[in-house]
Amino acid sequence: MTAAGRATVPRLHPKARLQHDDVRGRDVLLYPEGLVALNPTGAEILGLCDGVRSVADVVAALEQRYGAPGEGVERDVTAFLDGLAAKGLVTYGS
Amino acid sequence: MDPKPLWLLAELTYKCPLQCPYCSNPLDFAGPRFKRELSTDEWCRVFREAKALGVLQLGLSGGEPTLRADLEVLVSEAHGLGLYTSLITSAYRLTKERLAGLKAAGLDHVQISIQGADAELSDAVAGTTSYRDKIAAYHYTRELGFPLTVNVVLHRRNLHQVEALIRLAESLGAERIELANTQFYGWALHNRTALMPTRAQLDEAWRVVQRERARLGTRLEIVWVLPDYHEQYPKPCMGGWARAYMTVTPAGEVWPCHAAGRITTLTFENVREHPLDWIWEHSDAFQRFRGDAWMPEPCRSCPRKSQDFGGCRCQAFLVAGDAALTDPVCSLSPHRHLIDAAVAEVERAAEAAEWTYRAAPASRVLAAKG
Repeated sequence: MTAAGRATVPRLHPKARLQHDDVRGRDVLLYPEGLVALNPTGAEILGLCDGVRSVADVVAALEQRYGAPGEGVERDVTAFLDGLAAKGLVTYGS
Repeated sequence: MDPKPLWLLAELTYKCPLQCPYCSNPLDFAGPRFKRELSTDEWCRVFREAKALGVLQLGLSGGEPTLRADLEVLVSEAHGLGLYTSLITSAYRLTKERLAGLKAAGLDHVQISIQGADAELSDAVAGTTSYRDKIAAYHYTRELGFPLTVNVVLHRRNLHQVEALIRLAESLGAERIELANTQFYGWALHNRTALMPTRAQLDEAWRVVQRERARLGTRLEIVWVLPDYHEQYPKPCMGGWARAYMTVTPAGEVWPCHAAGRITTLTFENVREHPLDWIWEHSDAFQRFRGDAWMPEPCRSCPRKSQDFGGCRCQAFLVAGDAALTDPVCSLSPHRHLIDAAVAEVERAAEAAEWTYRAAPASRVLAAKG
């Protein structure tokens, strides 16, 4: 699957690794022959993708942290994860 | 702000059991310039300095990097620093035990070359019987859970196997296959007339790649490295000179790319004499073509200069005779006729020319010539 459904469980592909980039003060996703620079929100979303939480759980966790429920959070989370899934860096399971 | 490097290619040794005629190593790899290899401690210091400078991706290459008995120590050091480590190997006599040890040391990714889709062609191109070792090692990497890249350098004698090569990578469960059309530096430039494909071969291979990409989607990433002699515009070589990338050679010289050492009009510094950050920021070789102030016409006023950075400095030097010229591959270069002539010569030839294998005796002869 390459599109996030609410009940699917997003996982970082084993080839990818989250790493803090001290020199540039940001988090990055490293993978064979490439990297994606993450903004703080993206890093936080990936930090919540523990292989147990579903997309809905990730959204709920973020809403709880920031007290900002609404469709906006879910839209941002799914767009972000789908972008990484299109690069093969995130997979969706059950 | 000055750019900081993201990539370091560590060429651990130029020794190699394979003899591929397109090798990107210097022609004089067996000569005195590269003789005294860096020690374990020196490499570990280079990795620490690279990480502090901003490097995140480390390629462990050669020659054949598994010939270094301290490879596990080097991987462990790099992993401890948080570098993403890729082993770039021929897999010659590579055992599952060695790979398991490298996995335990923290190695992230394995890239194994292959020279053809079957033993006969692969071994003939490599000049060394190695196909069976490669196939075995592909399976070991998957069994150990490594992401795997299959790397193939494409040229006149193996371009017809592009489909079979993609199917092979697919059957192995590889993440990526790199179909790298020969770039003409080092041994590949020396063997250019033997290696350069015809336009018809390239067109057919490109059709196959497009079709297979559509079929495979994200299951297998197919990287197609452009055959730049057959393009209209130059490649954005290394993403721009001294912007994101550096190579450390076996004896410690630092180059802005793995071919730059051939540019005789530049001075290269050594990690034995200077810290890496000084070399990156202040050395002649890194400063000379950084940014766009050095650019001549037609680059200077060209809207593409921020996309292709004037192309490749090595190619300008090797083909047009001056590293500060526009890459002669560019259709706007006054030296494009030199590229066209090389392409036309190959189109006219009825059969591919013979090549010289990359080997120490031939290298020493070429080193003595200078």
